[in-house]
Amino acid sequence: MLAYYFDLALRSFKSARALSLLMVLALGLGIGACMTTLTVYHVLSGDPIPSKSARLFDVELDAANMVGYQPGEEPTFQLTRFDAEALLRAKHAKRQVMMTGANVAVQTDSPSVKPFYVPARYTSADFFAMFETPFLHGSGWDAEADASQARVVVISKSLNDKLFGGENSVGRELMLKRQPMRIVGVLNEWRPVPHFYDMTMGTAQFEDVFAPFSTALTLKLGASGNTDCWGNTGAASPRDLNVPCSWIQYWVELASPEEAPAFRDYLVQYSEEQRRAGRFERPANVRLRNVTDWLAFRKVLPGDVRLQVWLAFGFLLVCLTNTVGLLLAKCLRRSGEIGVRRALGATKGAIFAQFLVEAGTLGLAGGLLGLFLAALGLWLVKHSPADYAPLVQMDWPMLALTLVLALAASVIAGLLPAWRAANVTPAQQLKTQ
Amino acid sequence: MDILPILSTLRRHKTAASLIVIEIALTSAIVCNALHLISQRLDVLSHDSGLPEAELVVVPVRSTGGTADVDELTTQDLTALRQLPGVKSAAVVNQVIYGNNSSNSDVRKTEDKNGPRFLGSFYTGGEQTVATMGLKLVEGRDFKPEEYQSSSAVDQQDDPNVGQVIINRTMAEKMYPGQSAVGQVLYGYGERPSTVIGVVERLTHPYPSKAERDDGNAMIYPVRPSFRGGVYMIRVDPAQRDAVLKAAAGIIERIDATRIVHEARTLSEMRNRFYAQDRAMVWLMGGVIVALLVVTAFGIVGLASFWVQQRTRMIGTRRAMGATRGQILRYFQLENFLLSTVGIVLGMGGAFGLSLVLMTNYEMPRLPLMYLPLGALALWGLGQLAVLAPARRAAALPPVAALRS
Repeated sequence: MLAYYFDLALRSFKSARALSLLMVLALGLGIGACMTTLTVYHVLSGDPIPSKSARLFDVELDAANMVGYQPGEEPTFQLTRFDAEALLRAKHAKRQVMMTGANVAVQTDSPSVKPFYVPARYTSADFFAMFETPFLHGSGWDAEADASQARVVVISKSLNDKLFGGENSVGRELMLKRQPMRIVGVLNEWRPVPHFYDMTMGTAQFEDVFAPFSTALTLKLGASGNTDCWGNTGAASPRDLNVPCSWIQYWVELASPEEAPAFRDYLVQYSEEQRRAGRFERPANVRLRNVTDWLAFRKVLPGDVRLQVWLAFGFLLVCLTNTVGLLLAKCLRRSGEIGVRRALGATKGAIFAQFLVEAGTLGLAGGLLGLFLAALGLWLVKHSPADYAPLVQMDWPMLALTLVLALAASVIAGLLPAWRAANVTPAQQLKTQ
Repeated sequence: MDILPILSTLRRHKTAASLIVIEIALTSAIVCNALHLISQRLDVLSHDSGLPEAELVVVPVRSTGGTADVDELTTQDLTALRQLPGVKSAAVVNQVIYGNNSSNSDVRKTEDKNGPRFLGSFYTGGEQTVATMGLKLVEGRDFKPEEYQSSSAVDQQDDPNVGQVIINRTMAEKMYPGQSAVGQVLYGYGERPSTVIGVVERLTHPYPSKAERDDGNAMIYPVRPSFRGGVYMIRVDPAQRDAVLKAAAGIIERIDATRIVHEARTLSEMRNRFYAQDRAMVWLMGGVIVALLVVTAFGIVGLASFWVQQRTRMIGTRRAMGATRGQILRYFQLENFLLSTVGIVLGMGGAFGLSLVLMTNYEMPRLPLMYLPLGALALWGLGQLAVLAPARRAAALPPVAALRS
């Protein structure tokens, strides 16, 4: 039965080629626009670490002074070095990490390689286990290395390819700002999107070098990202221990999400202690956000992207209205044919089904065209100046969604015309012929 | 003309007629708002930085860990850069417009820490800064040579003292309304006061789109960063801009090879990159508007053609009874006009609703009323254009058509 209706649908397309082409085109455009914007949305709103996003928490404390204090305000979103080191020492969570982004000059002992800058991350030891970084060779370092300010680094696959031609470089040496460091690990391809654990460096900034935080401080390797200072910092560097500046990202991994309230209590208790000691001036104001909440809070999704999704769906709506109108015209034009089919014994249901199949077939064709247009659209996005451009790509779920969306949209658009067609009265049609 | 027969015909084709109306309403609502979005982005794109952009080259330098005295190197660099042919002036500044960092600071009018505070862009620069950035003094004077200090010297003081500051006109008007800013004292660098010695016409936040939010205040202190804390800004003869850009990197690496010139660019190029995304959005919106109008137009053509076909008998009869071709043509044109009008009226309501949603969710200003007639005209025109072909086909039908079908 379905095959017969499908055959009828193809015949009907052939008899009204321009009209059918118009409908497929409009549908394809609408679907293509929706899928392009939805894919960008999907990529940017993805969970960067699905296995742990409910157990990883960003920690914020309010260490600022009372100048401009307003109760209920968000605390600074990073920690001071003093607080980060204190929390790290206390080891209250399963894993904890303090870190900062940086740009660092890299050199090898080969004089032919000119020094160049790469994005870096200075972090304590738990980073690799906490964020489940995949290792190609070697491993990260341990707390012992942190304590002894070991001259060790972990490098990315792309840096390893560039400097060592992809060989296992573990044990070899690399210069950071002219300081020799020993490579202990090489990461495999690892690009968490968005770059959730530090969003001050852009959504698509991936580190090539990882070194112990303590080592970087001792060697004065510098840091970049966001630094907020309050009060008088005098002649001190913002990187010093007791300076009132927040610049360190601090994350903890708890054994289960249920432990979050207890950990939050611990942070409040820590804040109160600091206040009693005279370090904190403000009442305890802490935040503990898991990855999902953190991404929402930092508004990872650019407003433009959401706007584009709405725009695309508005466009699809217009295309659908258009399709309903044209399908209706097409159905009613075939009133005579419907009258004959009804007179020969086809039920209303059969006519309804026939026209729905026709709409669905149209949707399938529109979906395929939409897929092609979405690929084109994504290619354009990939070559656009947006900082997320290199991350955007179509994946299987989105591919499937495209076809489902096209089919659903066209069937919905076909409902009204099919219903009208099913209600054609055979007697009247036969009379007018 | 005869509107009544048209209305009675439309009453018999309620569904198809309302579909056209809905489509036109949706299209006009979206088109009005998209036009508004475009004009907003165009506003952003045409932002005036107040700088002689065509004459400026920016040269950031990074250290790879050399040990030489950075202040001394900075002086050497600038001396060499100023001697390049085509160079009018050169300065080292802590931040440049369209760059990738921005420094902001609170300023107070009094020593009292809880007094009112004014947030502004915090520029510091060495010799020739005002001339290089092409800033126009509307009041007061430029810094004197003896007023410049190096930032390393200032930061080593326990109680940094920078006695002079130049502010922009926006800041002057906000902090000292109705009086001259020159000679006033403000607190912004460390705890010590600085005297306002000049007011410049225009100086914006380094990220111009943020200027509005940050009140557009800006200040310059005569504090010379080293090449590590700042970038070189060179004002050149536009004809020799690219030559200077190339030569500058060579000079800096020759003076001390442990340094890398990182992404030296003309300011025009930096502006282009800075606004690339806004420009892309304008093209995208433009594309959507065109696509919407095309789809809607074809929808109208499709339905109108169907109606013409369906009403062949009616048209033939009317023609046989003496209606001219022009009358048939105008019948379909008027019909389309009526449908468009209803659609547009609904669409204008929709446009306003949509604008309210955009206002609450995307910090967009309210849709100015002038977009409504603009959108209306566009859709009326589009409707008339789309219906022309089917209407002419109808008008061309011979009276016998009525008898044949």
